[in-house]
Amino acid sequence: MMFNRTPIAPLEYTRKLWMRSWVGLTMLFLYAPLIILMVFSFNDSKRNVVWKGFTLKYYEKALHNDSLVEALVNSLTIATLATIVSLVIGALAAVALWRFRFPFKGLVEGTMSLPIIVPEICLGVAFLIFFAKVDWPTDLPWPLNLSAITIAHITFCFPFVAMVVRARLASFNKEEEEAAKDLGATEWQAFRDVLLPHIRPALVAGALLAFTLSLDDFVITFFTSGPDTITFPVKVYSMVRFSVTPEVNAASTILILLTVILTFIALKLQGVKGIAETH
Amino acid sequence: MSGALQDWKSQKKSFAAVVTAPVFWLALFFVAPMAIVWLYSFGQNAGPADIEISGTLDNYKRATEWLYVSIFLKSFAVAALTTLLCLIIGFPVAMAITFAAPKWRPWLLLGIMLPFWTNLLIRTYALMALMGTNGYMNKGLGGLWEGASWLRTIVGMQPLEAWTPVQLLYNNFAVVLGLVYVHLPFMVLPLYSALDRLDRSLIEASLDLGAGHFKTFMQIVVPLAAPGIVAGVMITLIPALGAYLTPDLMGGTDSQMIANVIERQFKRANDWPFGAALSFLLIYAMFILIAFQSMRANKVKEA
Repeated sequence: MMFNRTPIAPLEYTRKLWMRSWVGLTMLFLYAPLIILMVFSFNDSKRNVVWKGFTLKYYEKALHNDSLVEALVNSLTIATLATIVSLVIGALAAVALWRFRFPFKGLVEGTMSLPIIVPEICLGVAFLIFFAKVDWPTDLPWPLNLSAITIAHITFCFPFVAMVVRARLASFNKEEEEAAKDLGATEWQAFRDVLLPHIRPALVAGALLAFTLSLDDFVITFFTSGPDTITFPVKVYSMVRFSVTPEVNAASTILILLTVILTFIALKLQGVKGIAETH
Repeated sequence: MSGALQDWKSQKKSFAAVVTAPVFWLALFFVAPMAIVWLYSFGQNAGPADIEISGTLDNYKRATEWLYVSIFLKSFAVAALTTLLCLIIGFPVAMAITFAAPKWRPWLLLGIMLPFWTNLLIRTYALMALMGTNGYMNKGLGGLWEGASWLRTIVGMQPLEAWTPVQLLYNNFAVVLGLVYVHLPFMVLPLYSALDRLDRSLIEASLDLGAGHFKTFMQIVVPLAAPGIVAGVMITLIPALGAYLTPDLMGGTDSQMIANVIERQFKRANDWPFGAALSFLLIYAMFILIAFQSMRANKVKEA
Protein backbone atom coordinates (compact mmCIF):
# COMPACT_ATOMS: atom_id res chain seq x y z
CA MET A 1 0.00 0.00 0.00
CA MET A 2 1.32 3.36 -0.97
CA PHE A 3 -0.75 5.30 1.45
CA ASN A 4 -2.25 4.31 4.75
CA ARG A 5 -5.59 6.07 4.56
CA THR A 6 -8.51 3.94 5.56
CA PRO A 7 -10.82 3.13 2.65
CA ILE A 8 -13.91 5.28 2.32
CA ALA A 9 -16.82 3.67 4.14
CA PRO A 10 -20.21 3.69 2.40
CA LEU A 11 -21.64 6.43 4.61
CA GLU A 12 -18.58 8.65 4.57
CA TYR A 13 -20.14 10.82 1.88
CA THR A 14 -18.04 13.74 3.00
CA ARG A 15 -14.86 11.96 1.97
CA LYS A 16 -16.01 11.49 -1.59
CA LEU A 17 -14.38 13.82 -4.03
CA TRP A 18 -17.51 15.06 -5.80
CA MET A 19 -19.19 15.74 -2.47
CA ARG A 20 -16.15 17.68 -1.27
CA SER A 21 -15.99 19.71 -4.45
CA TRP A 22 -19.71 20.42 -4.17
CA VAL A 23 -19.36 21.71 -0.62
CA GLY A 24 -16.22 23.62 -1.59
CA LEU A 25 -17.94 25.29 -4.52
CA THR A 26 -20.95 26.18 -2.40
CA MET A 27 -18.73 27.76 0.23
CA LEU A 28 -16.90 29.60 -2.55
CA PHE A 29 -20.24 30.85 -3.85
CA LEU A 30 -21.23 32.02 -0.37
CA TYR A 31 -17.94 33.58 0.64
CA ALA A 32 -16.16 34.78 -2.52
CA PRO A 33 -18.31 37.91 -2.97
CA LEU A 34 -17.85 38.90 0.68
CA ILE A 35 -14.12 38.24 0.71
CA ILE A 36 -13.56 40.13 -2.52
CA LEU A 37 -15.57 43.04 -1.13
CA MET A 38 -13.48 43.07 2.03
CA VAL A 39 -10.15 42.80 0.19
CA PHE A 40 -11.00 45.57 -2.23
CA SER A 41 -12.02 47.91 0.55
CA PHE A 42 -8.23 48.30 1.02
CA ASN A 43 -7.61 48.89 -2.66
CA ASP A 44 -6.14 52.21 -3.69
CA SER A 45 -8.38 52.68 -6.69
CA LYS A 46 -11.82 54.09 -7.43
CA ARG A 47 -12.61 51.26 -9.80
CA ASN A 48 -13.03 48.00 -8.07
CA VAL A 49 -11.31 45.34 -10.11
CA VAL A 50 -7.59 45.92 -10.35
CA TRP A 51 -5.39 45.88 -7.29
CA LYS A 52 -3.51 49.19 -7.09
CA GLY A 53 -1.98 48.94 -3.65
CA PHE A 54 -2.96 48.97 -0.02
CA THR A 55 -4.71 51.94 1.48
CA LEU A 56 -6.85 52.80 4.46
CA LYS A 57 -8.12 56.01 2.93
CA TYR A 58 -11.63 54.70 2.32
CA TYR A 59 -11.88 53.75 5.97
CA GLU A 60 -10.80 57.25 6.86
CA LYS A 61 -13.38 58.63 4.45
CA ALA A 62 -16.11 56.36 5.79
CA LEU A 63 -15.30 57.31 9.36
CA HIS A 64 -15.33 60.99 8.44
CA ASN A 65 -18.60 60.66 6.61
CA ASP A 66 -20.83 62.03 9.35
CA SER A 67 -24.09 60.74 7.97
CA LEU A 68 -22.66 57.23 7.59
CA VAL A 69 -21.32 57.21 11.14
CA GLU A 70 -24.60 58.60 12.41
CA ALA A 71 -26.46 55.85 10.56
CA LEU A 72 -24.22 53.21 12.11
CA VAL A 73 -24.72 54.67 15.60
CA ASN A 74 -28.48 54.75 14.99
CA SER A 75 -28.45 51.12 13.88
CA LEU A 76 -26.50 49.96 16.89
CA THR A 77 -28.72 51.98 19.26
CA ILE A 78 -31.89 50.56 17.74
CA ALA A 79 -30.49 47.03 17.80
CA THR A 80 -29.50 47.35 21.47
CA LEU A 81 -32.86 48.78 22.57
CA ALA A 82 -34.83 46.32 20.45
CA THR A 83 -32.79 43.40 21.82
CA ILE A 84 -33.39 44.36 25.46
CA VAL A 85 -37.14 44.81 25.05
CA SER A 86 -37.52 41.74 22.81
CA LEU A 87 -35.65 39.64 25.33
CA VAL A 88 -38.01 40.64 28.15
CA ILE A 89 -41.23 40.34 26.16
CA GLY A 90 -40.11 37.20 24.35
CA ALA A 91 -39.09 35.42 27.55
CA LEU A 92 -42.34 36.39 29.26
CA ALA A 93 -44.36 35.15 26.30
CA ALA A 94 -42.44 31.87 26.28
CA VAL A 95 -43.03 31.32 29.99
CA ALA A 96 -46.72 32.21 29.68
CA LEU A 97 -47.29 29.75 26.82
CA TRP A 98 -45.18 27.02 28.37
CA ARG A 99 -46.68 27.20 31.80
CA PHE A 100 -50.33 28.14 31.65
CA ARG A 101 -53.57 26.92 30.19
CA PHE A 102 -55.77 29.90 29.42
CA PRO A 103 -58.66 30.88 27.16
CA PHE A 104 -57.72 31.88 23.58
CA LYS A 105 -54.26 30.40 24.03
CA GLY A 106 -54.26 29.07 20.45
CA LEU A 107 -55.17 32.51 19.18
CA VAL A 108 -52.35 34.19 21.13
CA GLU A 109 -49.88 31.54 20.00
CA GLY A 110 -50.95 31.81 16.37
CA THR A 111 -50.87 35.61 16.36
CA MET A 112 -47.43 35.60 17.90
CA SER A 113 -46.02 33.47 15.10
CA LEU A 114 -47.47 35.82 12.47
CA PRO A 115 -44.75 38.51 12.60
CA ILE A 116 -42.32 35.73 11.60
CA ILE A 117 -44.43 34.59 8.66
CA VAL A 118 -45.90 37.82 7.31
CA PRO A 119 -43.67 39.16 4.52
CA GLU A 120 -41.43 42.01 5.57
CA ILE A 121 -42.91 44.28 2.97
CA CYS A 122 -46.42 43.86 4.44
CA LEU A 123 -45.17 44.52 7.95
CA GLY A 124 -43.28 47.58 6.72
CA VAL A 125 -46.37 48.92 5.01
CA ALA A 126 -48.46 48.26 8.13
CA PHE A 127 -46.06 50.29 10.28
CA LEU A 128 -45.94 53.09 7.72
CA ILE A 129 -49.74 53.39 7.81
CA PHE A 130 -49.95 52.88 11.57
CA PHE A 131 -47.43 55.56 12.49
CA ALA A 132 -49.00 57.97 10.00
CA LYS A 133 -52.47 57.25 11.35
CA VAL A 134 -51.60 57.74 15.02
CA ASP A 135 -49.52 60.82 14.18
CA TRP A 136 -46.43 59.42 15.85
CA PRO A 137 -44.20 62.43 16.65
CA THR A 138 -41.19 62.59 14.34
CA ASP A 139 -39.35 65.61 15.73
CA LEU A 140 -38.29 64.13 19.05
CA PRO A 141 -34.68 64.50 20.23
CA TRP A 142 -32.28 61.57 19.77
CA PRO A 143 -32.70 58.71 20.68
CA LEU A 144 -36.47 59.12 21.03
CA ASN A 145 -36.75 59.86 17.32
CA LEU A 146 -35.74 56.25 16.76
CA SER A 147 -38.75 54.99 18.72
CA ALA A 148 -40.92 54.17 15.70
CA ILE A 149 -38.18 52.03 14.11
CA THR A 150 -37.36 50.41 17.46
CA ILE A 151 -41.01 49.51 18.06
CA ALA A 152 -41.23 47.95 14.60
CA HIS A 153 -38.06 45.96 15.24
CA ILE A 154 -39.27 44.69 18.61
CA THR A 155 -42.45 43.43 16.95
CA PHE A 156 -40.58 41.14 14.56
CA CYS A 157 -37.75 40.23 16.98
CA PHE A 158 -39.57 39.13 20.11
CA PRO A 159 -41.42 36.16 18.54
CA PHE A 160 -38.02 34.73 17.58
CA VAL A 161 -36.78 35.15 21.15
CA ALA A 162 -39.98 33.50 22.43
CA MET A 163 -39.44 30.57 20.06
CA VAL A 164 -35.85 29.98 21.17
CA VAL A 165 -36.67 30.33 24.88
CA ARG A 166 -39.69 28.04 24.62
CA ALA A 167 -37.60 25.33 22.99
CA ARG A 168 -35.23 25.55 25.93
CA LEU A 169 -38.05 25.52 28.49
CA ALA A 170 -39.22 22.15 27.16
CA SER A 171 -36.20 20.57 28.85
CA PHE A 172 -36.88 22.21 32.20
CA ASN A 173 -37.78 19.92 35.06
CA LYS A 174 -40.74 21.51 36.79
CA GLU A 175 -40.02 19.52 39.93
CA GLU A 176 -36.93 21.66 40.50
CA GLU A 177 -39.12 24.72 40.72
CA GLU A 178 -41.61 22.96 42.97
CA ALA A 179 -38.78 21.83 45.23
CA ALA A 180 -37.58 25.44 45.48
CA LYS A 181 -41.07 26.56 46.45
CA ASP A 182 -41.44 23.73 48.97
CA LEU A 183 -38.23 24.90 50.54
CA GLY A 184 -39.73 28.33 51.02
CA ALA A 185 -38.83 30.27 47.87
CA THR A 186 -41.40 32.80 46.71
CA GLU A 187 -42.75 32.69 43.17
CA TRP A 188 -40.31 35.41 42.17
CA GLN A 189 -37.31 33.77 43.86
CA ALA A 190 -38.10 30.46 42.19
CA PHE A 191 -38.26 32.25 38.84
CA ARG A 192 -35.04 34.16 39.40
CA ASP A 193 -32.92 31.41 40.96
CA VAL A 194 -34.21 28.27 39.26
CA LEU A 195 -35.95 29.01 35.99
CA LEU A 196 -33.81 31.92 34.83
CA PRO A 197 -30.47 30.08 35.12
CA HIS A 198 -31.96 27.22 33.12
CA ILE A 199 -33.03 29.42 30.21
CA ARG A 200 -29.88 31.58 30.21
CA PRO A 201 -28.34 29.91 27.10
CA ALA A 202 -31.58 30.48 25.22
CA LEU A 203 -31.58 34.11 26.34
CA VAL A 204 -28.05 34.56 25.01
CA ALA A 205 -29.00 32.90 21.71
CA GLY A 206 -32.22 34.90 21.51
CA ALA A 207 -30.44 38.16 22.22
CA LEU A 208 -27.93 37.45 19.51
CA LEU A 209 -30.67 36.56 17.07
CA ALA A 210 -32.65 39.70 17.89
CA PHE A 211 -29.58 41.90 17.61
CA THR A 212 -28.60 40.56 14.20
CA LEU A 213 -32.19 40.61 12.91
CA SER A 214 -32.52 44.23 13.95
CA LEU A 215 -29.13 45.24 12.57
CA ASP A 216 -29.92 43.42 9.33
CA ASP A 217 -33.35 44.78 8.67
CA PHE A 218 -33.76 46.99 5.67
CA VAL A 219 -37.31 46.70 4.36
CA ILE A 220 -39.27 47.43 7.53
CA THR A 221 -36.88 50.23 8.51
CA PHE A 222 -37.14 51.70 5.01
CA PHE A 223 -40.85 52.24 5.62
CA THR A 224 -40.58 53.55 9.18
CA SER A 225 -37.53 55.78 8.93
CA GLY A 226 -37.75 59.49 8.31
CA PRO A 227 -35.16 61.84 6.83
CA ASP A 228 -33.49 62.26 10.23
CA THR A 229 -33.60 58.63 11.26
CA ILE A 230 -31.40 56.85 8.75
CA THR A 231 -30.07 53.46 9.76
CA PHE A 232 -26.98 51.82 8.38
CA PRO A 233 -28.72 49.52 5.86
CA VAL A 234 -30.92 52.39 4.64
CA LYS A 235 -27.83 54.57 4.20
CA VAL A 236 -25.92 51.85 2.36
CA TYR A 237 -28.97 51.31 0.18
CA SER A 238 -29.02 54.91 -0.93
CA MET A 239 -25.25 54.86 -1.48
CA VAL A 240 -25.54 51.70 -3.59
CA ARG A 241 -28.47 53.12 -5.52
CA PHE A 242 -26.94 56.41 -6.41
CA SER A 243 -23.20 55.97 -6.47
CA VAL A 244 -21.20 52.90 -5.66
CA THR A 245 -18.21 54.26 -3.80
CA PRO A 246 -15.38 52.34 -2.17
CA GLU A 247 -16.56 53.91 1.07
CA VAL A 248 -19.45 51.46 1.01
CA ASN A 249 -16.92 48.62 0.83
CA ALA A 250 -15.10 49.98 3.85
CA ALA A 251 -18.28 50.51 5.85
CA SER A 252 -19.56 47.06 4.88
CA THR A 253 -16.29 45.47 5.94
CA ILE A 254 -16.65 47.07 9.35
CA LEU A 255 -20.13 45.64 9.72
CA ILE A 256 -19.09 42.18 8.49
CA LEU A 257 -16.28 42.15 11.03
CA LEU A 258 -18.76 43.19 13.70
CA THR A 259 -20.95 40.20 12.75
CA VAL A 260 -17.97 37.85 12.88
CA ILE A 261 -16.93 39.21 16.28
CA LEU A 262 -20.48 38.77 17.62
CA THR A 263 -20.53 35.23 16.30
CA PHE A 264 -17.26 34.43 18.01
CA ILE A 265 -18.47 35.91 21.29
CA ALA A 266 -21.45 33.60 20.97
CA LEU A 267 -19.07 30.72 20.26
CA LYS A 268 -17.07 31.48 23.36
CA LEU A 269 -20.25 31.56 25.42
CA GLN A 270 -21.96 28.53 24.00
CA GLY A 271 -19.56 26.49 21.92
CA VAL A 272 -20.00 25.74 18.22
CA LYS A 273 -22.55 23.06 18.97
CA GLY A 274 -24.74 25.33 21.04
CA ILE A 275 -24.86 27.87 18.25
CA ALA A 276 -25.65 25.24 15.66
CA GLU A 277 -28.56 24.01 17.74
CA THR A 278 -30.26 27.37 17.99
CA HIS A 279 -31.08 27.35 14.30
CA MET B 1 -39.86 16.27 31.32
CA SER B 2 -42.19 19.15 32.02
CA GLY B 3 -45.36 18.39 33.89
CA ALA B 4 -48.95 19.36 33.15
CA LEU B 5 -49.97 22.90 32.33
CA GLN B 6 -51.31 25.03 35.11
CA ASP B 7 -54.68 26.62 34.84
CA TRP B 8 -54.35 30.41 34.73
CA LYS B 9 -56.99 30.82 37.45
CA SER B 10 -54.87 28.97 39.98
CA GLN B 11 -52.15 31.61 39.81
CA LYS B 12 -53.75 34.76 38.55
CA LYS B 13 -50.96 37.05 39.70
CA SER B 14 -48.08 35.19 38.07
CA PHE B 15 -50.17 34.66 34.96
CA ALA B 16 -50.91 38.36 34.65
CA ALA B 17 -47.26 39.17 35.25
CA VAL B 18 -46.05 37.07 32.32
CA VAL B 19 -48.90 37.46 29.85
CA THR B 20 -49.68 41.17 29.96
CA ALA B 21 -46.66 42.64 28.22
CA PRO B 22 -46.53 40.25 25.22
CA VAL B 23 -50.28 40.38 24.57
CA PHE B 24 -50.37 44.13 24.95
CA TRP B 25 -47.44 44.56 22.56
CA LEU B 26 -48.92 42.20 19.99
CA ALA B 27 -52.31 43.87 20.10
CA LEU B 28 -51.03 47.42 19.90
CA PHE B 29 -48.04 47.07 17.57
CA PHE B 30 -48.98 44.15 15.39
CA VAL B 31 -52.71 43.46 15.30
CA ALA B 32 -53.69 47.14 15.22
CA PRO B 33 -51.35 48.08 12.32
CA MET B 34 -52.39 45.00 10.35
CA ALA B 35 -56.07 45.76 11.00
CA ILE B 36 -55.62 49.30 9.70
CA VAL B 37 -54.01 47.96 6.50
CA TRP B 38 -56.90 45.52 6.13
CA LEU B 39 -59.45 48.34 6.51
CA TYR B 40 -57.54 50.56 4.07
CA SER B 41 -57.71 47.83 1.47
CA PHE B 42 -61.47 48.50 1.35
CA GLY B 43 -60.99 52.23 1.04
CA GLN B 44 -60.35 54.86 -1.58
CA ASN B 45 -58.36 58.07 -1.87
CA ALA B 46 -60.66 60.92 -0.85
CA GLY B 47 -58.05 63.67 -0.86
CA PRO B 48 -54.31 64.16 -1.06
CA ALA B 49 -53.74 62.78 2.45
CA ASP B 50 -57.15 61.43 3.24
CA ILE B 51 -58.40 57.90 2.83
CA GLU B 52 -62.04 57.09 3.11
CA ILE B 53 -62.90 53.55 4.13
CA SER B 54 -65.99 53.05 2.02
CA GLY B 55 -66.14 49.27 1.89
CA THR B 56 -65.39 49.26 -1.81
CA LEU B 57 -63.96 46.18 -3.48
CA ASP B 58 -62.43 48.20 -6.32
CA ASN B 59 -58.88 47.66 -5.07
CA TYR B 60 -59.29 43.90 -5.17
CA LYS B 61 -60.99 44.14 -8.56
CA ARG B 62 -58.04 46.12 -9.86
CA ALA B 63 -55.67 43.47 -8.49
CA THR B 64 -57.30 40.90 -10.78
CA GLU B 65 -56.20 42.88 -13.86
CA TRP B 66 -53.80 40.83 -15.95
CA LEU B 67 -50.89 43.18 -15.21
CA TYR B 68 -51.04 42.40 -11.50
CA VAL B 69 -52.00 38.75 -11.88
CA SER B 70 -48.99 38.27 -14.14
CA ILE B 71 -46.70 39.90 -11.59
CA PHE B 72 -48.07 37.60 -8.90
CA LEU B 73 -47.52 34.58 -11.14
CA LYS B 74 -44.07 35.74 -12.05
CA SER B 75 -43.11 36.30 -8.41
CA PHE B 76 -44.31 32.83 -7.66
CA ALA B 77 -42.34 31.34 -10.56
CA VAL B 78 -39.16 33.17 -9.52
CA ALA B 79 -39.60 32.09 -5.87
CA ALA B 80 -40.28 28.48 -6.92
CA LEU B 81 -37.22 28.38 -9.19
CA THR B 82 -35.10 29.89 -6.40
CA THR B 83 -36.37 27.26 -3.97
CA LEU B 84 -35.70 24.43 -6.42
CA LEU B 85 -32.14 25.64 -7.05
CA CYS B 86 -31.54 26.02 -3.31
CA LEU B 87 -32.79 22.47 -2.80
CA ILE B 88 -30.55 21.06 -5.53
CA ILE B 89 -27.49 22.93 -4.28
CA GLY B 90 -28.31 22.55 -0.60
CA PHE B 91 -29.17 18.86 -0.36
CA PRO B 92 -25.68 17.49 -1.04
CA VAL B 93 -24.25 20.15 1.28
CA ALA B 94 -26.63 19.08 4.06
CA MET B 95 -25.72 15.43 3.39
CA ALA B 96 -22.03 16.25 3.55
CA ILE B 97 -22.45 18.07 6.86
CA THR B 98 -24.52 15.22 8.33
CA PHE B 99 -21.98 12.57 7.44
CA ALA B 100 -18.89 14.65 8.14
CA ALA B 101 -16.49 13.70 10.92
CA PRO B 102 -17.87 14.99 14.26
CA LYS B 103 -15.04 17.45 14.69
CA TRP B 104 -15.74 19.04 11.32
CA ARG B 105 -19.52 19.18 11.54
CA PRO B 106 -19.95 22.28 13.73
CA TRP B 107 -17.48 24.25 11.63
CA LEU B 108 -19.24 23.36 8.39
CA LEU B 109 -22.51 24.41 9.99
CA LEU B 110 -20.93 27.64 11.12
CA GLY B 111 -19.71 28.14 7.55
CA ILE B 112 -23.30 27.98 6.36
CA MET B 113 -24.63 30.17 9.16
CA LEU B 114 -22.13 33.00 9.07
CA PRO B 115 -23.45 34.41 5.76
CA PHE B 116 -26.96 34.01 7.14
CA TRP B 117 -26.02 36.39 9.93
CA THR B 118 -24.28 38.85 7.64
CA ASN B 119 -26.27 41.85 6.58
CA LEU B 120 -28.55 41.07 3.64
CA LEU B 121 -27.90 44.38 1.93
CA ILE B 122 -24.14 43.95 2.18
CA ARG B 123 -24.36 40.45 0.74
CA THR B 124 -26.49 41.68 -2.14
CA TYR B 125 -24.11 44.55 -2.75
CA ALA B 126 -21.10 42.21 -2.67
CA LEU B 127 -22.72 39.96 -5.26
CA MET B 128 -23.58 42.97 -7.42
CA ALA B 129 -19.97 44.16 -7.35
CA LEU B 130 -18.89 40.72 -8.53
CA MET B 131 -21.44 40.64 -11.33
CA GLY B 132 -20.96 44.16 -12.70
CA THR B 133 -19.63 44.70 -16.19
CA ASN B 134 -16.17 45.25 -14.67
CA GLY B 135 -16.61 42.53 -12.06
CA TYR B 136 -14.82 39.24 -11.68
CA MET B 137 -17.62 37.17 -13.14
CA ASN B 138 -17.26 39.02 -16.41
CA LYS B 139 -13.50 38.64 -16.22
CA GLY B 140 -13.92 34.90 -15.73
CA LEU B 141 -16.30 34.63 -18.66
CA GLY B 142 -13.89 36.72 -20.73
CA GLY B 143 -11.10 34.30 -19.85
CA LEU B 144 -13.22 31.34 -20.95
CA TRP B 145 -14.09 33.15 -24.17
CA GLU B 146 -10.43 33.81 -24.94
CA GLY B 147 -9.61 30.20 -24.14
CA ALA B 148 -12.27 29.06 -26.60
CA SER B 149 -10.91 31.48 -29.17
CA TRP B 150 -7.39 30.12 -28.67
CA LEU B 151 -8.65 26.54 -29.06
CA ARG B 152 -10.26 27.52 -32.34
CA THR B 153 -6.99 28.94 -33.66
CA ILE B 154 -5.24 25.70 -32.68
CA VAL B 155 -7.56 23.61 -34.81
CA GLY B 156 -7.10 26.10 -37.63
CA MET B 157 -10.35 28.02 -37.34
CA GLN B 158 -10.84 31.77 -37.22
CA PRO B 159 -10.44 33.21 -33.68
CA LEU B 160 -13.58 34.55 -32.04
CA GLU B 161 -14.24 38.25 -31.90
CA ALA B 162 -12.81 40.12 -28.94
CA TRP B 163 -14.75 39.63 -25.69
CA THR B 164 -17.23 42.34 -24.84
CA PRO B 165 -18.41 42.36 -21.23
CA VAL B 166 -21.98 41.15 -20.90
CA GLN B 167 -24.63 42.69 -18.73
CA LEU B 168 -25.13 40.10 -16.00
CA LEU B 169 -27.02 42.41 -13.70
CA TYR B 170 -30.46 43.99 -14.04
CA ASN B 171 -32.28 41.00 -15.49
CA ASN B 172 -34.25 37.97 -14.30
CA PHE B 173 -31.14 35.79 -14.16
CA ALA B 174 -29.54 38.19 -11.68
CA VAL B 175 -32.67 38.18 -9.51
CA VAL B 176 -32.76 34.37 -9.30
CA LEU B 177 -29.03 34.14 -8.64
CA GLY B 178 -29.28 36.85 -5.97
CA LEU B 179 -32.23 35.12 -4.30
CA VAL B 180 -30.42 31.76 -4.32
CA TYR B 181 -27.34 33.41 -2.84
CA VAL B 182 -29.34 34.98 -0.05
CA HIS B 183 -31.63 32.04 0.75
CA LEU B 184 -29.29 29.07 0.48
CA PRO B 185 -28.54 28.93 4.24
CA PHE B 186 -32.31 28.94 4.94
CA MET B 187 -32.58 25.69 2.98
CA VAL B 188 -29.47 23.91 4.26
CA LEU B 189 -30.20 24.28 7.99
CA PRO B 190 -33.63 22.51 8.11
CA LEU B 191 -32.36 19.85 5.68
CA TYR B 192 -29.43 19.23 7.96
CA SER B 193 -31.56 18.92 11.07
CA ALA B 194 -33.83 16.38 9.33
CA LEU B 195 -30.93 14.34 7.95
CA ASP B 196 -29.21 14.41 11.31
CA ARG B 197 -32.18 12.66 12.94
CA LEU B 198 -32.31 10.01 10.24
CA ASP B 199 -31.57 6.45 11.31
CA ARG B 200 -28.34 5.57 9.52
CA SER B 201 -28.83 1.84 9.87
CA LEU B 202 -31.65 2.13 7.32
CA ILE B 203 -29.22 3.50 4.74
CA GLU B 204 -26.70 0.83 5.61
CA ALA B 205 -29.37 -1.87 5.31
CA SER B 206 -30.40 -0.58 1.90
CA LEU B 207 -26.78 -0.55 0.70
CA ASP B 208 -26.15 -4.01 2.17
CA LEU B 209 -29.21 -5.40 0.44
CA GLY B 210 -27.80 -4.38 -2.89
CA ALA B 211 -29.42 -1.04 -3.68
CA GLY B 212 -27.02 1.46 -5.23
CA HIS B 213 -26.27 4.86 -3.75
CA PHE B 214 -28.69 6.59 -6.09
CA LYS B 215 -31.54 4.17 -5.41
CA THR B 216 -30.89 4.35 -1.67
CA PHE B 217 -30.90 8.12 -1.88
CA MET B 218 -34.19 8.30 -3.79
CA GLN B 219 -36.03 5.55 -1.90
CA ILE B 220 -34.65 5.84 1.63
CA VAL B 221 -33.01 9.19 2.27
CA VAL B 222 -35.45 11.47 0.45
CA PRO B 223 -38.67 9.96 1.91
CA LEU B 224 -37.21 9.94 5.42
CA ALA B 225 -35.97 13.51 5.09
CA ALA B 226 -39.32 14.66 3.67
CA PRO B 227 -40.31 16.76 6.71
CA GLY B 228 -36.99 18.59 6.48
CA ILE B 229 -37.41 19.09 2.75
CA VAL B 230 -40.89 20.52 3.24
CA ALA B 231 -39.65 22.78 6.05
CA GLY B 232 -36.72 23.95 3.92
CA VAL B 233 -38.97 24.60 0.94
CA MET B 234 -41.41 26.65 3.02
CA ILE B 235 -38.69 28.58 4.78
CA THR B 236 -37.14 29.48 1.42
CA LEU B 237 -40.27 29.94 -0.68
CA ILE B 238 -42.08 32.31 1.69
CA PRO B 239 -39.38 34.99 2.03
CA ALA B 240 -38.42 34.59 -1.63
CA LEU B 241 -42.02 35.26 -2.67
CA GLY B 242 -42.06 38.49 -0.68
CA ALA B 243 -38.52 39.53 -1.61
CA TYR B 244 -38.07 43.24 -2.12
CA LEU B 245 -34.40 44.11 -1.99
CA THR B 246 -32.97 41.62 -4.50
CA PRO B 247 -35.36 42.39 -7.40
CA ASP B 248 -35.11 46.08 -6.58
CA LEU B 249 -31.32 46.24 -6.72
CA MET B 250 -30.45 43.41 -9.10
CA GLY B 251 -33.49 43.25 -11.35
CA GLY B 252 -34.29 45.17 -14.49
CA THR B 253 -37.51 46.93 -15.39
CA ASP B 254 -39.15 43.62 -16.28
CA SER B 255 -38.07 41.71 -13.18
CA GLN B 256 -40.18 43.51 -10.62
CA MET B 257 -41.78 41.22 -8.08
CA ILE B 258 -44.93 41.75 -6.08
CA ALA B 259 -43.14 43.43 -3.17
CA ASN B 260 -41.75 46.08 -5.53
CA VAL B 261 -45.24 46.79 -6.84
CA ILE B 262 -46.54 47.14 -3.28
CA GLU B 263 -43.69 49.49 -2.41
CA ARG B 264 -44.48 51.65 -5.42
CA GLN B 265 -48.08 52.13 -4.26
CA PHE B 266 -46.81 53.59 -1.01
CA LYS B 267 -43.96 55.71 -2.29
CA ARG B 268 -44.25 56.91 -5.88
CA ALA B 269 -47.78 56.00 -6.97
CA ASN B 270 -49.22 57.06 -3.60
CA ASP B 271 -52.20 54.74 -3.83
CA TRP B 272 -52.29 53.37 -0.30
CA PRO B 273 -55.63 51.53 -0.52
CA PHE B 274 -54.49 49.56 -3.57
CA GLY B 275 -51.13 48.84 -1.94
CA ALA B 276 -52.98 47.65 1.16
CA ALA B 277 -55.09 45.28 -0.95
CA LEU B 278 -51.99 43.87 -2.68
CA SER B 279 -50.31 43.40 0.72
CA PHE B 280 -53.21 41.39 1.99
CA LEU B 281 -53.36 39.31 -1.18
CA LEU B 282 -49.69 38.46 -0.62
CA ILE B 283 -50.45 37.53 3.00
CA TYR B 284 -53.36 35.34 1.87
CA ALA B 285 -51.03 33.61 -0.60
CA MET B 286 -48.68 32.81 2.30
CA PHE B 287 -51.57 31.44 4.34
CA ILE B 288 -52.60 29.17 1.49
CA LEU B 289 -49.03 27.83 1.22
CA ILE B 290 -48.88 27.20 4.96
CA ALA B 291 -52.31 25.55 4.93
CA PHE B 292 -51.09 23.19 2.18
CA GLN B 293 -48.08 22.31 4.26
CA SER B 294 -50.04 21.59 7.43
CA MET B 295 -52.60 19.53 5.47
CA ARG B 296 -49.73 17.50 4.11
CA ALA B 297 -48.19 17.15 7.57
CA ASN B 298 -51.52 15.91 8.97
CA LYS B 299 -51.85 13.36 6.17
CA VAL B 300 -48.38 12.06 6.92
CA LYS B 301 -49.26 11.77 10.61
CA GLU B 302 -52.40 9.80 9.83
CA ALA B 303 -50.67 7.45 7.44
